[in-house]
Amino acid sequence: MLDAETPGALPRDPAGALALLERMQLLRAFEEKVAELYASGQVAGLVHLAIGQEATAVGVCGLLRPGDTVYGGHRSHGHALATGADPERLLAEIAGRVSGYARGKGGSMHLVAADTGFVTATGVVAGNISLALGGAFAAQLRGTGGVAVAFFGDGAGQSGQFHESLNLAALWRLPVLFVCENNGYAEFSPLSAHTGVERLATHAATYGIPAVTVDGNDLGAVREAAAVAIQRARRGEGPSFVECLTYRLRGHYEGDPAKYRDRAELAAWRAKDPIERLAGRLADAGLVDAEAAADANRRARAIIAAAADAVLASGPAPAGDLTTDVTA
Amino acid sequence: MTATEIRMVDAIREAMRAELAADPSVVLLGEDVSVGGPFGATKGLQDEFGAARIRDTPISEAAVMGLAVGAAAAGLRPIVEIMFMDFATLALDQLVNHAAKLRYMSGGQLSIPLTVRMQAGASGAFGAHHSQSLEAWLAHVPGLKVVAASTPADAYGLLRAAIRDPDPVVVIEHRALYWGRGPVETGEAAIVPLASAVVRRPGIDATIVSWSRMTVTALAAADLLAAEGIQAEVIDLRGLQPMDTATVLASVRRTGRAVVAHEAVGFGGLGAEVAARIGEDAFDALRAPVERVAAPFTPVPAAPDLERAFVPDAAAIAAAVRRTLARPDPRRRSLEEGR
Ligand SMILES: Cc1ncc(C[n+]2csc(CCOP(=O)(O)OP(=O)(O)O)c2C)c(N)n1
Ligand SMILES: [Mg+2]
Repeated sequence: MLDAETPGALPRDPAGALALLERMQLLRAFEEKVAELYASGQVAGLVHLAIGQEATAVGVCGLLRPGDTVYGGHRSHGHALATGADPERLLAEIAGRVSGYARGKGGSMHLVAADTGFVTATGVVAGNISLALGGAFAAQLRGTGGVAVAFFGDGAGQSGQFHESLNLAALWRLPVLFVCENNGYAEFSPLSAHTGVERLATHAATYGIPAVTVDGNDLGAVREAAAVAIQRARRGEGPSFVECLTYRLRGHYEGDPAKYRDRAELAAWRAKDPIERLAGRLADAGLVDAEAAADANRRARAIIAAAADAVLASGPAPAGDLTTDVTA
Repeated sequence: MTATEIRMVDAIREAMRAELAADPSVVLLGEDVSVGGPFGATKGLQDEFGAARIRDTPISEAAVMGLAVGAAAAGLRPIVEIMFMDFATLALDQLVNHAAKLRYMSGGQLSIPLTVRMQAGASGAFGAHHSQSLEAWLAHVPGLKVVAASTPADAYGLLRAAIRDPDPVVVIEHRALYWGRGPVETGEAAIVPLASAVVRRPGIDATIVSWSRMTVTALAAADLLAAEGIQAEVIDLRGLQPMDTATVLASVRRTGRAVVAHEAVGFGGLGAEVAARIGEDAFDALRAPVERVAAPFTPVPAAPDLERAFVPDAAAIAAAVRRTLARPDPRRRSLEEGR
């Protein structure tokens, strides 16, 4: 297990604490906007939202520094945003507009924001995990002290890629952080339908990787665990595994009525909303009062509203781009 | 530099050595590469370049290929050795869904300068899991490049070009050619552009298009035909994706007859692509239908006698050329019918 001694879960200064809260609010506002645009037909395709899971993305990415790299999956709008990617260009990419990061050629499941170290997302469950090893390998070979982060769900834990990657990362002591966002479901079925293993973190022990399971809706807990893991990686001590127990408050994809889970379960997780919990905790600590939190939320929503206006004013993905960027 | 006669497997090693020496971002990953693998292609490289850059991997083709793709995205130039092309099946997700598409999906933000060496082909009675020629699968994927050499000089020149290329390149190496010798120059001038077919033997009566080991067989077929007074032109495609069809079409416009020979099975093979291109762009020059010579549509058998029967031989290629020559010239026929 990871060392329980923590290098400070939450910032003690009001500005640092507020910045984290505002980043989570930004993710929430962004994805609510995506849902709205999807409902109005401005966004097409398969769209997976991570509303309710913002603490994992912000908790981990808030600890990274320039040169670190992040690799997401199909539910990774928030991971990209948490690295500092431009919300307008991300939204434009998801909406298939020319102003998107890839001028619409990637889309929701294949976001790339190379400028902030968000190397890639993938539509192939677990396909990003080994890619993250490559980022870590490059950092190790060059001695940069850089760290690579792979975000994946509980569903990825049953794939061969996952197990091969854990073994290889441990064998080569790669500076990689495996972040499993265990939201209890893969598509329409619970984890128990996929594996007899209750906690994905237990797989890490097989490969000699330090691991911990934390409350993924508690930003402080995520940061504590991630900080220890990142420190280990930077010191050349190899990979770590952080399993974050969380929940997606919407369906698997937009349009999924999510009839496979009951109202009581949903209500219980709504009560554990990571943004409200953080706001409450910061207020209790005297760091950010309710008014400052509300102001931050208004700012986040204004940023997203402006981004959406710009996206809708931007042109469609141009036909001339269809055959470019296939090879150099 | 003057050319020395070396084996293809040594030419492959020399190409890697040259690029490893020239560029510290080149790394080599594969099973047992430190000791040279089963064929000695990587022997001695770890002694020269160190264990950090020449890495033995566990038998985890998917994770290793994914790691290489990620490392390429981060600016390294990895060479991955897939011990037998048959095992590329285990790494197809990383190759087809990630390496091939990341430039496109990122709108050009990412570049994947990855080289994947795959030893392939039916020889030595290795059986169904160590003998396949799967180039058509890979050449079908937008974003991947595919090359195959038939001479030591090309094995050297194409591999160096592949390692320098900004895109993922699959380099197919035929095991039956590994120990054949040929003159190899080792300088920069010996680098071979990836999409450059070459006329191996000029001729005026028919064009034989081939690649990898089948080029050697095609040249033997051309010898058989020459004894009968038939001059076959032999084209070595070298680049399979992208493909230098201009060289093929120019030849077919001269000869009017074409045979495509490959070791992969015929259905959906690249011979069909070559035939289609000739049909689309040189139909008016054709005096006979394009013939294909390929392996029968079966897995590769293990028994030596069956393996021999599986791999097309010079006689089969020569027979196909004769068939194209035996066809009445359709233009003459229509002239006669019109009379
Ligand atoms: C290799 C692969 N198989 C199947 C799918 C279809 N699919 C998309 S998301 C998903 C469930 C993933 O569950 P999990 O990893 O827990 O992530 P979550 O959706 O819960 O965030 C599946 C099966 C896929 N995209 N990739
Ligand atoms: Mg899940």
